[in-house]
Amino acid sequence: MSEAVSADIRTEPETAPPLLSVNNIEVIYDHVILVLKGVSLEVPEGGIVALLGANGAGKTTTLKAISNLLGAERGEVTKGSILFEGEAVQSLTPNALVRRGVIQVMEGRHCFEHLTIEENLLTGAYTRGDGRAGIQGDLEMVYDYFPRLRERRAAQAGYTSGGEQQMCAIGRALMARPKMILLDEPSMGLAPQLVESIFETVKRLNAEEGVTFLLAEQNTNIALKYATYGYILENGRVVMDGEAGALRENEDVKEFYLGLSTSGRKSYRDVKHYKRRKRWLA
Amino acid sequence: MGGEFLFFIETTISGLMAGVMYALVALGFVLIFKASGIFNFAQGVLALFAGLTLVGLMEKFGLPPWAAIIATVGVMIVLAWLIERLVLQYLVNQDPIILFMSTIGLAYVLEGLGDIMWGSDVKVLEIGIPQGAVDWLLDDYGLYIEKLEIVAAVTGAIMVTGLAVFFNKTRIGRALRAVADDHQAALSVGISLRTIWVIVWSVSGIVALVAGVMWGSKSGVQFSLSLIALKALPVLILGGFTSIPGAIVGGLIIGVGEKWAEIYIGSLVGGAIENWFAYVLALGFLLFRPQGLFGERIIERV
Repeated sequence: MSEAVSADIRTEPETAPPLLSVNNIEVIYDHVILVLKGVSLEVPEGGIVALLGANGAGKTTTLKAISNLLGAERGEVTKGSILFEGEAVQSLTPNALVRRGVIQVMEGRHCFEHLTIEENLLTGAYTRGDGRAGIQGDLEMVYDYFPRLRERRAAQAGYTSGGEQQMCAIGRALMARPKMILLDEPSMGLAPQLVESIFETVKRLNAEEGVTFLLAEQNTNIALKYATYGYILENGRVVMDGEAGALRENEDVKEFYLGLSTSGRKSYRDVKHYKRRKRWLA
Repeated sequence: MGGEFLFFIETTISGLMAGVMYALVALGFVLIFKASGIFNFAQGVLALFAGLTLVGLMEKFGLPPWAAIIATVGVMIVLAWLIERLVLQYLVNQDPIILFMSTIGLAYVLEGLGDIMWGSDVKVLEIGIPQGAVDWLLDDYGLYIEKLEIVAAVTGAIMVTGLAVFFNKTRIGRALRAVADDHQAALSVGISLRTIWVIVWSVSGIVALVAGVMWGSKSGVQFSLSLIALKALPVLILGGFTSIPGAIVGGLIIGVGEKWAEIYIGSLVGGAIENWFAYVLALGFLLFRPQGLFGERIIERV
């Protein structure tokens, strides 16, 4: 089945170059810890691409490699290349990347706790040079997408709820007028209903504001529901990828990531069988 | 009005004025601590260095005071840039203690640099701040208040207002506070830490210059100027390391407290309380309110 899925991509006609392409990157932390062992992926303009996988699979590292935040954690891309709109990302500072339209919403929200919600949003506009009016207009736009934030605008972010902080973090990224948002684990620690509403907003932002999303998620179910395309990471490698619909129907994905199984309990032999079937890109 | 009461007022006012001077030094600490979590041991030396540079420029190059002050501001900005370039940029992501140690090193380097450039003798700083007592207060009410202290108080007030506006209303100020809260997140929204550090060290250098000018005018520019940093410590503990108003109020409390303690308690125990009273007060605060009067509580959600 997975072969069939990948065959689909290969035959897909190459039209416009992707907004972002990650080519076989390897990431090493602290000069010794090999975390990504060759990850390749593409994000088309206007897409919502999901990066799926368990804890420690390398989702966050992939996102941080793209936004060039690895340096701050002593990580380094040692092989491969990352191109955003054809430009190599590795030679740019995070600041320059935000100016070019790539911004990351980090795992665990990372709001500025002692700043109010509104001040948090305004820091998102730090790199913009287009004056007060444009920023004020976007502030209203963010408040329209997240009405809850408007109510809480004067509250210190540290004292707001997890959901509000997630909205604040996404809103803050929006304030930079990005082409692409790297969204890391938006569902973390949130109630299912709230997760649904966050993803609903992601979908709307994608459709109405034209923001491209690359999101890392452990919650495979919801991610595949909203994404257009998905990559599955295991141990620092992409083991499977395909259209979200196809991945949802894939037997292995169903069994190992969605927790659905049509044939009851399986023996360990079948798991080994799955491993053999994995496609190694690296 | 009895002489007793007049004396009390005089003591209080002189304490408040001394407090402003302490606050000026403490402010420099707060700025850097807020934006980078570094306790800058070199802040006192920064004030000394600024004072030396100012005097040096006036004496050796014969610049008028206003030109010398502008030039010194320039020197402090270049210095901030150099500190970031040569020291801080290599220490990003290190433990606070490592950054703290580096500022101790920096203190010695700056001290030596100041001596090499301008010599180590005690210098008189004369930039036209009026000296002596305010005449009409002395004549009409019998109050002895130094003009210098009033100038210091007014300057302090202007500076604090300016800084408060800068921190709360401007884009850069907001970015500074953002960096103070979360380095990583600040990076992720495109705030350049290196730019921010240069800015904050520059501002702090300028604050140090003001402190250096005030203290230098009062007691000459000399090595002991760098030791006022030690006086700033209890001020910080009292006011909170992250609060600009805290630095001011802390300074005032320490200033007044010292004078009162010296005069009203000192006589009971044989005097010389003034020098250690502040530290005892700080100790009390550490025990009962470690974040200080205005310090930010560490927000922890459960």
